[in-house]
Amino acid sequence: MKYLEEFRNPGLAQKLARRIREVAGKEPINLMEVCGTHTMSIHKFGIKGLLPQNIRLISGPGCPVCVTPNPYLDRAISLSLKKNVLIATFGDMLRVPGSTRSLEQVRAQGGRVKMVYSPIDALNLATENPGIQVVFLAVGFETTSPTIAATVWEAEQKGIENFLVLVGHKLIPPAMKALVADPRIKISGFLCPAHVSAIIGLEPYQFLARDYKIPCVVVGFEPLDILQGILMLAEMIVSGKAEVQNQYRRVVRPQGNRKAQEILDKTFEPADSEWRGLGKIPSSGCRLKPELGHRDAEQAIAVEVEPAKEHRGCKCGEVLQGLIEPPRCPLYGRACNPEKPIGPCMVSSEGTCAAYFKYQGAR
Amino acid sequence: MCLAVPMKVERIEGALATVSSAGMKMRVDLSLTPEARVGEYVIVHAGFAIETLRPEVAEETLKLMEEMVKAAEDSGEVS
Ligand code: SF4
Repeated sequence: MKYLEEFRNPGLAQKLARRIREVAGKEPINLMEVCGTHTMSIHKFGIKGLLPQNIRLISGPGCPVCVTPNPYLDRAISLSLKKNVLIATFGDMLRVPGSTRSLEQVRAQGGRVKMVYSPIDALNLATENPGIQVVFLAVGFETTSPTIAATVWEAEQKGIENFLVLVGHKLIPPAMKALVADPRIKISGFLCPAHVSAIIGLEPYQFLARDYKIPCVVVGFEPLDILQGILMLAEMIVSGKAEVQNQYRRVVRPQGNRKAQEILDKTFEPADSEWRGLGKIPSSGCRLKPELGHRDAEQAIAVEVEPAKEHRGCKCGEVLQGLIEPPRCPLYGRACNPEKPIGPCMVSSEGTCAAYFKYQGAR
Repeated sequence: MCLAVPMKVERIEGALATVSSAGMKMRVDLSLTPEARVGEYVIVHAGFAIETLRPEVAEETLKLMEEMVKAAEDSGEVS
């Protein structure tokens, strides 16, 4: 495929790695990626093995499925059992355990849950089933939320009344702010998420460079992208510079995707949001604008939701904050594995525990 | 769920496009990237094209990489 092979050239990867070793010095450098696809690429291409010892890559809360808290899942599960309601969701959400069960389990108990690839598929389900309220699980970061916003407007235009969304979107920059304010994690630089940045552009990261003196580089997903991004960060860190730079220029424009931003502004407004592991973060999520309240499943369909509880022993919260690596969870690889996941970080393929398990094995 | 891949635009009909990659074809919504043209590559996510790819910039990025490592080869020392 075009634009992939060129960015996987092993010879150039070795040279970039050598350059990183030359530049990096001896001081500890902690780089955090806040994108599950980066986490996957880093493991898949063995990036950690190419870096000098003082550069540590830390996985942050980059997987939207993983950071979705139990009260959201529990509500989705309750809704699926309500008469004339159908839950439509991306496949990754199916196996994530809520407080007592997952959507997949509740489906076996009579819950109505259907997997879709696109919010448009969910809208089509609504068109085909006029007597049923189709609730789409609107999770995801800034990459995904514009696709759902566009679908909501399509429903408005076509007058499809029975399409609703359960909004659980999260915004990445406020989570980065919460992480740098946490004294337990010392982040020297951020690898900023590629496709989130394609939507939001570079501006939303500027406060990190300006106020916290933390360099940020938007990087692509291929091994050369990641290595070049690390080199750009290392160069800034050793020279005491803090800027927002863009390695993934072939896709990310400095101003982002204006069209997508417009539709987001028209659809959602900022709201405080709860993240698994990170707790409630101010303005880190969104809700539908009041004029779209009739599309909001939380307002429109009353259900009883069980009191939330966490999975005993699961350390997802600490994994998502970059405080521990998955093997330090006592359940990792034993009670918890991709066949029988206990926490969301093992369920989603972009979860840190799942990426570790796939490429590093049980221990 | 965050998977987003570059695919080539084969055909455009209104706000929809047929895109392809490695022999796989699918229909995507172009409402977030109305500027996309046939023959170009777009990043596809959840049934939508979310951004267009700029081939000339991809070339520039690769060149810049060569330069970044060449500086090292030339000087043979830490900058
Ligand atoms: S290994 Fe399983 S139980 Fe442990 S933190 Fe990861 S998902 Fe949770």
